[in-house]
Amino acid sequence: MTEDVPRTTGSDAFLSVRDLRVRFSTEDGIVKAVDGLSFDVERGKTLGIVGESGSGKSVTNLTVLGLHNPDTSTIEGSINLDGQELLTASERELQKLRGNKMAMIFQDPLTAMSPYYTVGRQLSEPYMKHRGASKKEAKDRAVQMLEKVGIPQPKLRFDDYPHQFSGGMRQRAMIAMALMCDPELLIADEPTTALDVTVQAQILDLLKDLQQEFGSAIIFITHDLGVIANMADDIMVMYGGRAMERGTVREVLHTPRHPYTWGLLSSMPRLDSDVDIALEPIPGTPPSLLNPPTGCRFSPRCVFKDQVAGDLCTTVTPELGEGRDTACHLTSAQKQSIFIDKIQPRLR
Amino acid sequence: MSDNLTAPEQKHAEATPAAERRTLLEVKGLTMHFPIYGGFPFKRKVGAVQAVDNVDLTVAEGEALGVVGESGCGKSTTGRLITRLMEPTAGTITYRGQDITHASRRQLSPIRSEIQMIFQDPYSSLNPRQTVGTIIKSPMEVNGIEPAGGRTKRVKELLELVGLNPEHYNRFPHEFSGGQRQRIGVARALALNPKLIVADEPVSALDVSIQAQVVNLLKKVQDELGIAFVFIAHDLAIVRHFSQRVAVMYLGKVVEVGDRDDIYNRPRHPYTHALLSAVPEVEIEDAEPRERIRLYGDVPSPVNPPSGCRFRTRCWKAQDKCATEEPPLVQISGNRDGHLTACHFPEEPTTQARGEDVVLDPALQALEAEHAESAESAVSDKD
Repeated sequence: MTEDVPRTTGSDAFLSVRDLRVRFSTEDGIVKAVDGLSFDVERGKTLGIVGESGSGKSVTNLTVLGLHNPDTSTIEGSINLDGQELLTASERELQKLRGNKMAMIFQDPLTAMSPYYTVGRQLSEPYMKHRGASKKEAKDRAVQMLEKVGIPQPKLRFDDYPHQFSGGMRQRAMIAMALMCDPELLIADEPTTALDVTVQAQILDLLKDLQQEFGSAIIFITHDLGVIANMADDIMVMYGGRAMERGTVREVLHTPRHPYTWGLLSSMPRLDSDVDIALEPIPGTPPSLLNPPTGCRFSPRCVFKDQVAGDLCTTVTPELGEGRDTACHLTSAQKQSIFIDKIQPRLR
Repeated sequence: MSDNLTAPEQKHAEATPAAERRTLLEVKGLTMHFPIYGGFPFKRKVGAVQAVDNVDLTVAEGEALGVVGESGCGKSTTGRLITRLMEPTAGTITYRGQDITHASRRQLSPIRSEIQMIFQDPYSSLNPRQTVGTIIKSPMEVNGIEPAGGRTKRVKELLELVGLNPEHYNRFPHEFSGGQRQRIGVARALALNPKLIVADEPVSALDVSIQAQVVNLLKKVQDELGIAFVFIAHDLAIVRHFSQRVAVMYLGKVVEVGDRDDIYNRPRHPYTHALLSAVPEVEIEDAEPRERIRLYGDVPSPVNPPSGCRFRTRCWKAQDKCATEEPPLVQISGNRDGHLTACHFPEEPTTQARGEDVVLDPALQALEAEHAESAESAVSDKD
């Protein structure tokens, strides 16, 4: 992000999510999967959403695509894509957008692709449907896309079934499928988690290079801070269905200001960290979303909550403001001094 | 920690330098080929998955040996062979001077209690119908061990040692979270005072914030009880944090083995370079730029591995010699003692950025050349 351009807020962002709440009713009760989430994504930029399992990161993005069953879920708030409200849009309108203006790359391409149809057919179909292209035009486009993502002999592989591709090649084919209609918003949900590390590096670089060419906005979801550091322009850290911290990659990873982000960074060894320093795990376990903690979702595991006066942390839910901010009751001076005294020395 | 948990003769292991430590486990020429049957009407052997091929490894007393590699490299099979959960096709496994390669059940039973295993999946590795107490107690019952003060007391000590509440003795596994279940797995492995624990991806099923809890517990167990570990994982940073020595495997072979520092700071094998360079890292602000190596494609099939060096099909330094002659795992010139590399044309011993990135992926090459061109034309337009 260039320094002199003011941060876009609200209305002029390409995708703007405001106060999103997603609840599922289950046998055990109501799961508050996402609870008051707001964020923006700009054109051509990548927003990285990082969080552990159950933090609500995948639910958020399935909501953007309108893929939740309305019978079992309650969705409130607003999702605005390029001026169009998605939460009130009809299924017909959403179908026009999915695979066209917005596309998704899933974690496991073997389950995300149909085993009964050839890869080529699955690539061509959205192009024919959304662009009204002929079968021949769609095939030409698909072969061109397969070549672009590095599938050898794309003309021959066009007629292969997904199981005939290796894991890395399958993920490349899925990226080609998502890019067929030149989407303006691309959602990648843990796209490399199932892959080996050398293949992951290939796919991440490929996505970055393709973004430069296609100019799509990307929402990149992962639990891996290293992957986020390499992929994203901005980062949002999620925990228990809420956003904890937001900022540019530099801000969040080099000068983090939230106790949960501190915990994540200090619990993770790096290739150049001092092996004699023990890792600092986050005590406790992630919260149950059936009955989330009152106040700050992270407060039961937070080691700094005793520095906040009174019982603020367990009674009042801290809000995350616009732009660079943290949802935490510590004062800015406290965050700064804790980071410099306790956290930064560990990360050196 | 209470006294009866320590293995006294190993207490001094931490203090003695690695070279002087006694060898606990030695593996020579270990090979595991899984037969593939096919054909009609009579099934016959038509090939073999060469999961592990001619692997040599040693583990000293009280030492943690890390085994890293990508899926299909044979690291888990190696772990299962060491614990003799499978019988190898060829090679020898020597445990404390005794050849256990083809030992019978009866011959193995005293050794089984000394070599324990921790599994990857904390859900499928604990019997859901047994209480935690029963699960941890059963190794003692099977081996007829009656610790001082009784088995129940010992189970409670073990629960406390791994950071669980001893009062939860009567609970069932489903009442615990993933990280806590993995602690139960650790307690079960410790129940018989083992000398060697084979941990197969012990933290990869856990959330990031929980991984550190289990890694710290295993490290504490290793330091305080002097237990040797074979730590199998795909996460290079966690292996580095845990292991004193590291073996890098590729397609059933050990391609490089050495001290932690040798492997992570002075790697010689091109595959080790590629692997380290591929790890996505949160760089600290003033970090030196790392080399960038992008391989192309996936690991070849172990049914029909490449001739000669198995990495040659993805290697940027491969020459004719690599296809005809298999490189031996030896101490090549420039390596320190104990640092062995199997490569005809080794790389420079550094991980820092080189003059030009190694990018073998044609799609990346094409896109990056395009971007470089458009950046250049943008600059010349400005002029």
